[in-house]
Amino acid sequence: MAGFASTRPLGRVKRGEGWLRRSAIPGFGLTFGVTATVLSLVVLIPLSAVAARALTLSPDAFLKVAFSVRAVDAYWLSIWTSLIAASLNGVFGLAIAWALVRYRFPGKMALNAVVDLPFALPTAVAGIALATLYANTGLVGALLEKVGIKAAYNPVGIVIALTFVGVPFVVRTVEPILKDLAADVEEASASLGASRLQTLVRVVAPGLAPAWLTGFAMAFARGIGEYGSVIFIAGNMPYRSEIAPLLITIQLEQFDYGAASAIALVMLLISFAMLLVINATQAWMKRSRVR
Amino acid sequence: MPYDPELPSEAQFMTSSAHSSDAARAPVEIRAAGICKSFARHPALNDVSLDVRPGELLALLGPSGSGKTTLLRVIAGLEFPEDGQILFDETDVTFAAAAARGVGFVFQQYALFRHMTVAQNISFGLDVRKGGARPDKAERARRVEALLKLVELEGLGGRHPAQLSGGQRQRVALARALAVEPRVLLLDEPFGALDATVRKSLRRELRRIHDATGVTTVFVTHDQEEALELADRVAVMSRGQLEQVGTPAEVYAHPSSAFVAGFVGDANRFCGQMLHGRFTSGALSVSAPGVADGAAEAFIRPHHFEMATDDLSGDSVTARLERLVANGPYARLEARLTDGRIVDAIASHAQLGDLPPAGGEIVLKITGGHVFASA
Repeated sequence: MAGFASTRPLGRVKRGEGWLRRSAIPGFGLTFGVTATVLSLVVLIPLSAVAARALTLSPDAFLKVAFSVRAVDAYWLSIWTSLIAASLNGVFGLAIAWALVRYRFPGKMALNAVVDLPFALPTAVAGIALATLYANTGLVGALLEKVGIKAAYNPVGIVIALTFVGVPFVVRTVEPILKDLAADVEEASASLGASRLQTLVRVVAPGLAPAWLTGFAMAFARGIGEYGSVIFIAGNMPYRSEIAPLLITIQLEQFDYGAASAIALVMLLISFAMLLVINATQAWMKRSRVR
Repeated sequence: MPYDPELPSEAQFMTSSAHSSDAARAPVEIRAAGICKSFARHPALNDVSLDVRPGELLALLGPSGSGKTTLLRVIAGLEFPEDGQILFDETDVTFAAAAARGVGFVFQQYALFRHMTVAQNISFGLDVRKGGARPDKAERARRVEALLKLVELEGLGGRHPAQLSGGQRQRVALARALAVEPRVLLLDEPFGALDATVRKSLRRELRRIHDATGVTTVFVTHDQEEALELADRVAVMSRGQLEQVGTPAEVYAHPSSAFVAGFVGDANRFCGQMLHGRFTSGALSVSAPGVADGAAEAFIRPHHFEMATDDLSGDSVTARLERLVANGPYARLEARLTDGRIVDAIASHAQLGDLPPAGGEIVLKITGGHVFASA
């Protein structure tokens, strides 16, 4: 066969050292370059600017504005409402993903689209709609009022708004994993004598946990940073229902950029620490199973 | 009792747990009677009745879509029939859950629990038992060890499924199914995803494990060679119906239908006409007493074509030798009949000297075959 006659040498492969060692998958240089550039321009540099601006304050001034009673109350409020909203999404998102993956029902396509709506809707629109609905004169708010729950203009309202914006995260992270989790694994568990509950706890849950945790973390992070939908339903009372992002905006409106960036820096550190913990948990879970 | 392959089979299956009576430990007879099952109005099983004898190794053989896996899943309690009954010995288990039936099921894709080690996988069926039925921790560990030994995976208990080869995963799946000391072992295409060498060795392994445990075993396969080699009896299925049940020799030598003749073993297939006890198709004509006149199909296995020497009594056909492959225990011939069709035949190595060169004329004596009136 003449096809093998060519003896032209192939392009020489450069040999790198350490983590730069040649990989069979091309494009490391390009993708890493793009990653570094975009991350720097869009994320790291603006965030460093926040830190830099905050650190122009004297330590005393910084502590005073960043840890005033009002600011600390706002941090706490943002954190616990986000955690509750993320937890609610953890439960309901799992249920929605389960229903979407496991069953066929009329209107499934529509439900599937509805799940993503909170991504697309301007948050202010969502906030106004939720406030109207959950205020004591609103459709749902009036009902809740009868059983003694005030659902708007207090932290309950914040949780409702944050739950709304966080819906897609858990659904969309868990869904593909649930699809992958073959039905035969559950059948195997059942045929070995496990009850439905044992199958869920011992077989399904460990398979879903890492993805679920990712969804939870994303919903939580979104909750911490959410502003637009919350301010319409929160009531925004200092010390009670004033979230940290709002406090930052208030400082900005008063042209107090130092205070705004100081509060922003604390928020940043808190969020970063919590996401780091969640990611570490996830890495540990993955390592303990060896893929 | 720990699961020790060296113990006689009766003793192995004695257990202190759920199944304490001796009767429950004797091999189980499975009877499926009049099973009907359809998916989205497409019948998957159409009035299937099958008896699996106590302690036998039975193969459900058929092409894909024949309903063999559905029948296995109905026996397992993973699917429930629309009509009919499943009996384990005298007990009606038609609508009992898989676990309640005492069934061990090995899935086609193994269905191992990926987040558990091999040992945790095997011990799962024991771990999920409740209260007194659950052996204590030391006992469970001992059983896992014994099972690892049985499937020849000693020392791999700490690995995760992702770290095993396909054949090893299959062994884990088998050990996991055996750990609950099932009364019936069911395997769905157990060697389907494995390469040819591993497949062969695992086949022998399954036979050995079956003989050591004595559990009534049914496995599904589309590979007729696998079914004939491994099973005590073969149940051939086609289009949701049972075509024939018999020992491999019976099914091969006496196929009951055109489908079985064509599916089990190699055969040359001819479409032709029956007239007065003779089947004729082009240049080929064989006597087939007892087959009704009209359209018919004939299946003639390669070994039914014999190189004719002096004795020209009976049916024969002349052909031209096209190709000769002599790489096995016998030589395979491809011969072209005078009507242009090519047939497969075989010759012993002793006969090779009598063969003409390729293109030469030979006479093939027809010593057997199966003729069925076309439906």
